[in-house]
Amino acid sequence: MHVVVITKSVPDTEATVTVDGSGNVSWGDKLVINPWDEYAITEAILLKGAHNVTATIMTIGPDEHKEALKHGLAIGCDQAIQVWDAALEGHDSLAYATAAAAAINKLGDVDLVIFGKELSDIASDIHVFQTARKLGWTALGSVAKIDAIDFGAKTIQVQRLVEQGIQVVTSQLPAVISVIKDINEPKYPTFIGIRKAAKADMPLWDSAELGLSADDLAAPVKVTGYRELPKREGAVQMIDGASAAEQAATLADKLLEEKVL
Amino acid sequence: MDFTLNDEQRMYQDAVRNFCEREIAPFAAEIDKSGQLRMDAIAKMPDLGLTGLQVPEEYGGADLDSICTAIAMEELGAVCGSTGLSVEAHNELCCLPIVKWGTDEQKQRFLPRLTSGEVLGSLALTEPDAGSDLTGTQTRAVKDGSEWVINGSKAWITNASLAPVIVTLVKTQPDAGSAGFSQMLIETDRAGLEIAPPEKKMGTCASPAHVLTFTDVRVPVENLLGQEGRGLHQTLATLDSGRIAVGALCVGLARAAFQHALAYTQERQAFGQRLVDHQAIQFKLADAATQIEAARLLVYRAAWAKDRGEKYTRLASMAKLFASEIVESIAFEAIQIHGGYGYSREFPLERIYRDQRVMSIGEGTSEINRIVIARQLLAN
Ligand SMILES: Cc1cc2nc3c(=O)[nH]c(=O)nc-3n(C[C@H](O)[C@H](O)[C@H](O)COP(=O)(O)OP(=O)(O)OC[C@H]3O[C@@H](n4cnc5c(N)ncnc54)[C@H](O)[C@@H]3O)c2cc1C
Repeated sequence: MHVVVITKSVPDTEATVTVDGSGNVSWGDKLVINPWDEYAITEAILLKGAHNVTATIMTIGPDEHKEALKHGLAIGCDQAIQVWDAALEGHDSLAYATAAAAAINKLGDVDLVIFGKELSDIASDIHVFQTARKLGWTALGSVAKIDAIDFGAKTIQVQRLVEQGIQVVTSQLPAVISVIKDINEPKYPTFIGIRKAAKADMPLWDSAELGLSADDLAAPVKVTGYRELPKREGAVQMIDGASAAEQAATLADKLLEEKVL
Repeated sequence: MDFTLNDEQRMYQDAVRNFCEREIAPFAAEIDKSGQLRMDAIAKMPDLGLTGLQVPEEYGGADLDSICTAIAMEELGAVCGSTGLSVEAHNELCCLPIVKWGTDEQKQRFLPRLTSGEVLGSLALTEPDAGSDLTGTQTRAVKDGSEWVINGSKAWITNASLAPVIVTLVKTQPDAGSAGFSQMLIETDRAGLEIAPPEKKMGTCASPAHVLTFTDVRVPVENLLGQEGRGLHQTLATLDSGRIAVGALCVGLARAAFQHALAYTQERQAFGQRLVDHQAIQFKLADAATQIEAARLLVYRAAWAKDRGEKYTRLASMAKLFASEIVESIAFEAIQIHGGYGYSREFPLERIYRDQRVMSIGEGTSEINRIVIARQLLAN
């Protein structure tokens, strides 16, 4: 029984992102774990507590992502694996998914892969579904709760947050899920975990290790630049009126006029 | 020489900072008003080792080094003086003497409960008529068969109402001078111990400090901590370590005041410029940053010496003295930089200013720490 969380370091959500004239982005120098992944790791640790599974934390990325791996170990994951290869430099989500799926297959005994809902830096979750597709496993996005999981019978039942409400889904294991904030209260690192993480040996799996060629990892999609959006001009208007009701009516009129409503 | 934190220390710093920002900072103003520590936050501390920083793991502690302890204290100080002071007193003044001088039986009996996150421990030295001069301690313990009988009173005892046990300095032999004192473990549910309501204080308002009255309180002889007659010595050694932690709390409080000031100077305009563009304001910021750096180095230096098993009495007093004096001036200048807003209860500086004030009084006043430093200088 084996649960894998796939994580990444991202710029601090409080960092100021700047784009210079030639489209180079600077994110600030402080990296944190992708905030959504804290829920993914916590869920893996909860499963570990309830079902005695092995929890592995994995990243597909260069050394700066080891911080996210250490964070996972500090919260309680059993082992950490870094997947990276020079061929992945400038990778897109498909190349990422290829590498992730190969690493999951290399582990061999994985029942469940957990991702955070999305990557907070690029606001994308496509890698989640592409990884599932590459593995040929079910993908369940936006999971708000794992109702039941049976590692013996290889079944899972989850609640997914969909636009209309909550959808209850059952599926076979192995599966890939992505989790949202409702699923748990993120655990903090523990001093025991930190001690372990500080000394941890984190194997690096490159393309040879994964049995992949440079072609397998070539990225069909290339990001060619970033631009800053034109600054929005804001203005403040105070709404007068004898009563709150009158002010509200004026406000509603103005919003309708501006086609905001 | 190497001034970098190792991996474990750096990760610990990140983890404690993150914990403090989420669990303590959002409630700091509220608990200052209500006067109640947030025990929900304390309950979450054991996993990070905050309720047993230097307690061995077998008793529920984290067995961290003194640098990590200083790191934890700085982070707590940076978000909440009340929580910082209570957690400091718990770790340094109650857990440490038990770790250091307790028998295995005493450690078994008290430490797992103390590190549980459900309680905070306490140390009782000060009396209504004796503070700096601990040889003036009047609280008396008299042996009666297999028990000690304790009579007297204590003042300003932090955490007493939250503690299962209070390490108490008592006089066991009136005519023996400084060898006439002992430390006694007194459980708070012993008959005859009365804990008065918390003092109304200027700052650290959620950290409760109480007057205690002992009327024929009986504890078994097994509750003597360490050696009979060595109480004063044990107390002074306890304070040595505590002073590093108080120094670290001050660094945290100073850092918070400085960060608020630094941010504000970049927003506020005066005479057509941002505040930070006025050189007089830049000088204040430069001084504060320099003082914080120096204070932190002194704190780490003392902690480092302690971990190496060197004598660190002088360094600990220097760290506490210096840090508690610079935090006063940094908090003062941070309020100055905020102008009228600095004086408002709506902003955190007013609380930081009140909270830091005790740091040059508790665990040895600045005068007493100067005496300690001078004595160490003259002893050589
Ligand atoms: C918020 C708070 C929490 C506290 N928590 C605890 C606690 O948990 N446990 C505990 O036991 N105590 C606690 N105390 C008490 C604290 O340790 C004492 O207040 C402190 O040691 C000073 O003692 P004192 O108040 O009796 O002042 P005094 O000893 O009466 O001193 C008064 C003044 O005289 C100065 N002075 C004294 N002797 C000399 C000298 N030889 N030369 C020059 N100047 C001198 C002092 O520096 C001070 O400025 C706490 C106090 C506060 C305010």
